Amino acid sequence: MASLRPVSAEEIESLAIGAWILGTGGGGSPYLALLNMRALYREGARVALMDPMELADDDLVAVVSNMGAPLVGQERLTDPRTIASAVTMMEEYLRRRFRAIMSLEIGGGNAIQPFMAAALLDRPVVDGDCMGRAFPEAQMTSFAIHDLQMYPLTLVDVRHNAVVVARAASWKWMERLSRTACVAVGSIAATCKAPRTGKEIKDCAILGSTSKAIRIGQTVQTARRAHRDPIEALVEAERGRLLFTGKLADVARRATEGFLRGTARIDGLGDFRGHRFELAFQNEFAVGWLDGVPRVTTPDLICVMDSVSGDAIGTETLRYGQRVSVVALPAPPILLTPKGLEHVGPRAFGYDLDFTSVFA
Amino acid sequence: MRRKRRPTVERRPTADQSPTVERRSPAKALRRLIIGIDVGGTNTDAVLLDGPRVVHAVKTPTTPDVTTGITTALKELVSEPRPISYTPPSDRPGLTPRVTNIMIGTTHFTNAVVQRRDLTRVAAVRIGLPASASLPPFVDWPEDLAALVRGEVVMLEGGHEYDGRPIVPFDERGMREAARRIRAAGLTSVGIASVFSPLNAECETRAAAILREEHPDATVTLSHQLGRIGLLERENATLLNAALVDLARRTTHAFTAAIAASGLAAPLYLTQNDGTVMLASAAEAFPVYSFASGPTNSMRGAAFLSGLADAMVIDVGGTTTDIGSLRHGFPREANNVVEVGGVRTLFRMPDLLSLGLGGGSLVSDDGAAVGPRSVGYRLVEDGRVFGGATLTATDVAVAAGLTDLGERGRVAGLSGDLVKRAVARMHTMVEEGVDRMKTDAREEPLIAVGGGCFLVPERVPGVSDVVHVPHQAVANAVGAAIAQVSGEIDQIFQNLSRDEAIAAARRRAEARAVEAGADAATLKVVDVEDLPLAYLPGHSLRVRVRVVGDVR
Repeated sequence: MASLRPVSAEEIESLAIGAWILGTGGGGSPYLALLNMRALYREGARVALMDPMELADDDLVAVVSNMGAPLVGQERLTDPRTIASAVTMMEEYLRRRFRAIMSLEIGGGNAIQPFMAAALLDRPVVDGDCMGRAFPEAQMTSFAIHDLQMYPLTLVDVRHNAVVVARAASWKWMERLSRTACVAVGSIAATCKAPRTGKEIKDCAILGSTSKAIRIGQTVQTARRAHRDPIEALVEAERGRLLFTGKLADVARRATEGFLRGTARIDGLGDFRGHRFELAFQNEFAVGWLDGVPRVTTPDLICVMDSVSGDAIGTETLRYGQRVSVVALPAPPILLTPKGLEHVGPRAFGYDLDFTSVFA
Repeated sequence: MRRKRRPTVERRPTADQSPTVERRSPAKALRRLIIGIDVGGTNTDAVLLDGPRVVHAVKTPTTPDVTTGITTALKELVSEPRPISYTPPSDRPGLTPRVTNIMIGTTHFTNAVVQRRDLTRVAAVRIGLPASASLPPFVDWPEDLAALVRGEVVMLEGGHEYDGRPIVPFDERGMREAARRIRAAGLTSVGIASVFSPLNAECETRAAAILREEHPDATVTLSHQLGRIGLLERENATLLNAALVDLARRTTHAFTAAIAASGLAAPLYLTQNDGTVMLASAAEAFPVYSFASGPTNSMRGAAFLSGLADAMVIDVGGTTTDIGSLRHGFPREANNVVEVGGVRTLFRMPDLLSLGLGGGSLVSDDGAAVGPRSVGYRLVEDGRVFGGATLTATDVAVAAGLTDLGERGRVAGLSGDLVKRAVARMHTMVEEGVDRMKTDAREEPLIAVGGGCFLVPERVPGVSDVVHVPHQAVANAVGAAIAQVSGEIDQIFQNLSRDEAIAAARRRAEARAVEAGADAATLKVVDVEDLPLAYLPGHSLRVRVRVVGDVR
């Protein structure tokens, strides 16, 4: 396989669909980031995807994400120049050049942020991330599970403001310091996380997740075009499990401590008629109960999708009456280790449940 | 420099701000008749309402110029039985009936967007740089529509943060230059959207003032008057509105002329997406507010005619069927992005499922497929029972004995199997649609309205009762006739407790509703929203209150 592969405009469209599914209800809709990529590609930009195994051990990789309140992101629209400037800022601070750029989380809009930076900075995007999905908190990454260093971090806004968090005593402190700066600039900022060496990427990142997101998007699109069931196609192609199909009967949401928490109830249809499925979410879907019994928990991916179109449905856009299917997809193995479960298992979200994989 | 802040800052209110309640004296009392008109793509329907009673109803084809259809409908409505001189009920013998209000609902503006016609080229002004620079106005419009509407696109520094602070100072000089450029380009309609303007509209109102100084002939639409958080969607609504204001003005004037020609001298109201009315003179500035008034009116009409406040409603027209859900007499609203003609907007619109099924739907030769293509308003020429050659849903319904239209003999030759299959297909479409829109496992009634409601089966799973009502073919015009008046306030209050601020906002909203023609005794609060503003000095609270009441 060639180490660098150009990504087509069609693949970016597929990436947006697949990343939204891997967002497991959170991560923010990729719509605005996709609009940016369409504009960049219309102007002639082409981004290449890099096989992480081609990285030299001492290459340096930028890990990027957009940070802030989703509400603010609806008014102050994401801009490729901002995320690129977070990367440039880090290069200035380190006095070193990044070989490539990678996403922090492949679930949701942040899957596309590295592409936006890469288009402007003419670097490749590394095929991978450090969540394999979306998660609400900074320490919920494969890098944190591997105890990699969490600093420095750069944070920039659309004006001429930039902040470097040079050191942090813990992930909690990193979260607190960067969150404070983010709020000061209007609760939306582009960040470049702690730089990673090629070796760290190869050893500790979740590899291949970008091409996986593209592939998932393609599976759904192909099924739609052939008038096949996109849910069935996804389950088959990704070795997932269809957990439930039904109609959304109740949603309760509340915004607490910067998170969107809540529950949803689905009444069964078809093979599931007479049964009910309940979901709990904190930005992302965390636990699902079938008829009151725990059926699936994080870190297994809990994807809620429109039963007809196969489009992912976010926790913010759950709505009475929607026809939905709940699909579980396998989590990256690192998240399933005892250390991984400490960071992202059900107890990390406040549920007194042992993790039992749907796929066990 | 401190400019006047908008929304205006309200300090402690004076003692008496409650609206004055006007009581009509018995001597002035008249029997008040209301005319409701629905101008649809196919038919123009009109009803005359005397209190809760439908006195007269007519249905005429919509004409290409719209007004001829209205004139025809009005002429029929006030002819036999002539309501102006009809005998008043015996309990109120001394009263003279008089048409006091005319309410028109129309899908004219939505259709203009969908069909890409009668649109004005506009200038778009976005205030928010350096934020949101990479996604300029029109960025996610369908190219054909953008090509028709996009004139000048101006992006300027300014806008606000989520907490009310400015992002950067507003570029007033840039705005002045832009205004001159817009005038020089011959553009007369301008849409202005500023980042976070629903929280602080200062930049938009200032930009409008500068535009008026430099380009007095321009019509301006400001985004904070139309939408809520979500810059692209709010801006899209603003630009659509700007593209429609000329058509809205012409249409409203034509409506007024049609009414004058019919000899009636009652004020004209236009119905809005939410089931209320605005005086036509005010409504013509906001055509996008009437985008969904058609389905809203038909659902409100269904509630009124059936006496049910909580039910499912199915409205079967000539080409499409809309299915929705009534809660407390109003349609349940969609709470996500609504596309109009391919443009994403964030209006509060009824949550509807539209199916390609109506009285004019084409039926395949074997009966297995019905719709989505339809003969539409040509049903009365092309349908088999009317002597045409096209097999439609109406022909099948006549053959199956579900309704009696045209000449039954003309469909006597249809095969029984075909009829059975086509009826089964239509019933399945209805059943699946109703099930999809139901939000509750409990059975609830289904009100069937619209000219094609004979396509609704007698029994539907999950439905307690299929309710047919008198005048069901003109439910939308009834909905227009019963529309209420609203008053809304959206203001920042300082140094008041939350309860005091909401009470003050409510008094203001009520006063506005009364001013707009509402009966004070019938006012009800339908929406309250408050939002603390951390950045503004003192204890600042933004409060939005909406009240509705009956037309006085």
